[in-house]
Amino acid sequence: MEEARRRAEEALAGIYESIEEGKGFVSFIVPVERLVEAAEALKSAGFDHVKSVTAVDRPKEGVIEVTYHTSSYGDPELAKGIVGLTVRVPRDNPRVPSLSRIWVSAEFQEREAFEFFGVIFEGHPDLRPILLAPPIAELRPLRKDFVVKEEPIYRGPIQKVEKPP
Amino acid sequence: MAAGELKLSGWEVGEVRRLPGMDVKKIGKDLYEIFIGPQHPGSGHMRIIVRLDGDVMVEVDPDLGYVHRTMEKLAEGRSYIKVIPLMERMAILDACNITLPYVEAVEKLLGLEPPERARYLRVLLCEINRIASHLYGMGIFGVFLGHSTMYMWPFGDREVFVELAERLTGARLTHTYAIPGGVRRDVPEGFTDDLRKAIRYMRKRLEDYRKIFLDNPVIRARLEDVGVISRNLAIELGIVGPNLRASGVEYDVRLVEPYEAYDELDFEIPVFEEGDALARTWVRVEEIKQSLRILEQVADKLDKMPREGVMHDKFWAKAPKLYKDVYAKEGRVKLMPLFATLRVPKGKAFARAEAGRGEIVYYVESDGGMTPYRVRVVSPSFRNAIVFKYIAPGHRLMDLPAIYGSIDYFPPEADR
Repeated sequence: MEEARRRAEEALAGIYESIEEGKGFVSFIVPVERLVEAAEALKSAGFDHVKSVTAVDRPKEGVIEVTYHTSSYGDPELAKGIVGLTVRVPRDNPRVPSLSRIWVSAEFQEREAFEFFGVIFEGHPDLRPILLAPPIAELRPLRKDFVVKEEPIYRGPIQKVEKPP
Repeated sequence: MAAGELKLSGWEVGEVRRLPGMDVKKIGKDLYEIFIGPQHPGSGHMRIIVRLDGDVMVEVDPDLGYVHRTMEKLAEGRSYIKVIPLMERMAILDACNITLPYVEAVEKLLGLEPPERARYLRVLLCEINRIASHLYGMGIFGVFLGHSTMYMWPFGDREVFVELAERLTGARLTHTYAIPGGVRRDVPEGFTDDLRKAIRYMRKRLEDYRKIFLDNPVIRARLEDVGVISRNLAIELGIVGPNLRASGVEYDVRLVEPYEAYDELDFEIPVFEEGDALARTWVRVEEIKQSLRILEQVADKLDKMPREGVMHDKFWAKAPKLYKDVYAKEGRVKLMPLFATLRVPKGKAFARAEAGRGEIVYYVESDGGMTPYRVRVVSPSFRNAIVFKYIAPGHRLMDLPAIYGSIDYFPPEADR
């Protein structure tokens, strides 16, 4: 983990704004204009695939946070760590440059973040819903303002209680 | 018209004709668009849209999501403990492996580690699950290739490991065995003897599989040099599990970031260089051998260990006396009431584990409440689905079942 962090920090020097420490991963927050540059730097440092494109909706701050959790297959030292690349985009117009030309492994997961959160990945080769039917994808189900209606508990047929005279 | 002769004359461009199991649309001279599924073409509920030139696939579009259950959303409305039985619906046969990283992520947030015996018990069920999962995959692969024996044998032998899991946990599938802080039960009396018997039996059976399936000339003709994924391409596509290791990449979470008791156990990671469908099948067979080796060591270790400590002390101290008495007598632990109102400190955690079909990762974010703020899960089959798009084109249509079966793709797991 230490080695992965050091190498990522070296590669992203001057690009990232701040570092976020998570349990089991470390994330570099980059401005959205410099995301492609950061991804290219990270890939040439040996982080060769994306494990998860994690989007999180934060309505209180008005942002959607997209994190690319990357790691390495080729380098056994880097494989021990998980390095994230985070961008924060406004909720009402979430536009992120697509990284699936840099990491092919992000392609299907970007489609997933698109349908569940409505994040537009600019330059994605094939941006359409993958898991959901298009009308459901329109509702952006993983945003916090989409509330799941749980079925009520069935308590048998309703019985009319007659008031005693 | 002679039997078996398909009448092709008069097939207009744009017309759809029904063939067994698929709809075929003519889109040009000798160009056809085929919709395979989602009514279960072989295994699983997905649709594959294939565009054919003659009988060579030129474009393959996997259409997933037919068994999608929005688990990530449902998890946001459930307490931490209830997310475990929810998530294991992805791959019921592989339940312990599939939920383990979630439990580990919650443990990371809680800042506690399970006791030694619990760690070994988790490994025990993980490896039983892995064997059962590989046997299931090989059985489905057999039926894809029209090899009925290879369908029947692994499905029968899988029962041995499902039975072991049942004795250990009380449930054949969906065990909900690992919970934050430890596990739900200890091994019953005489379990390790039965386990050793199962290991001896399975070793013998793997030899039978080799003779009838893996070294069968008909099967080899269909699998060798089919669906070849080079090492670089495997890394680029980010595929996982046995498929990755069949392409010469030595990556296994048990090796790079050992979790539970894996760093104390002696085993090897089988790696093949060929990257074709046959190599992917061999990796699974070799992995079963290694899992049996792990199980043997775990059985020895459990026998030597004192029968105590399946739950972290912090939680165990709060258990009522009745619970402790039952555990001392029968080895069972009832789920403690404190889990119903478990609050997890604020934070973000990422955890991974090697499930039967490959690496599974979880990202869990807590805002300090009773339910997770966000649970992100990427399952191995979802990461392997990209193989359809990038590897299948260029092969003949008859190779599609061989590729599909060899990557052990499991739609309920991919769709989540």
